[in-house]
Amino acid sequence: MTTEEIIDHLPYDYPFLFVDALNKVDGAGCEGQYTFRSDLPFYQGHFKTLPVTPGVILTECCAQIGLVCLGIHLMEKELDTSVQIALSSTQMDFLLPVFPNETVTVFSEKIYFRFHKLKCKVSMRNSAGKVVCKGVLSGMFKTKAV
Amino acid sequence: MKKEIKERYDLLKGIVEQYLPDDVDASTITMESHFIQELNINSANLVDIVLDVEDAFDIMLENDDMDGMQTVSDALGIIDRKISEK
Repeated sequence: MTTEEIIDHLPYDYPFLFVDALNKVDGAGCEGQYTFRSDLPFYQGHFKTLPVTPGVILTECCAQIGLVCLGIHLMEKELDTSVQIALSSTQMDFLLPVFPNETVTVFSEKIYFRFHKLKCKVSMRNSAGKVVCKGVLSGMFKTKAV
Repeated sequence: MKKEIKERYDLLKGIVEQYLPDDVDASTITMESHFIQELNINSANLVDIVLDVEDAFDIMLENDDMDGMQTVSDALGIIDRKISEK
């Protein structure tokens, strides 16, 4: 499966798709990027006077790129057309703010993928190459027969 | 209960306890406890239990073993079989 096909398999859409491109993916990990456009709806309320990307959205971006894209790649052979994922744990540290129109790159490293559970070490860097957040995420994958 | 089985049960119980949600007391664990339905352990934590069981008993479980591991007694049966196959 190409990186474009992996993105096509993602079960998300605007305004909750946080993957623009998958730069690379293999059995051990992946790397992808996303630009937080200033017209994303959550900036209206987070915060009232200063738009900053919420930590939960950074976590979601790390999960969509680092966990779900990698999981789709790892489950390629079992995949029909769609995948169901349940996020099961997140442990994140946030180091720097991400403002509207910033482009970030997410790096993910597989810790294990067993019995349909994927656990990864993830980190997100801004365009200056600084780490903005990092942590460990895990999720359960289920293939859906269609 | 035979000594060997009791030791395995205690080791397994110690692992399971770490993954119990706050609303389930460790004293509720019995041989017949169903991991998901009675102990409120979700499928993601059940995978962690299996990985810890593999380390603790130095065995390797397959997908089929995981599917058959519904209760504490199922788990002990699988552990017993895997140890005897070693």
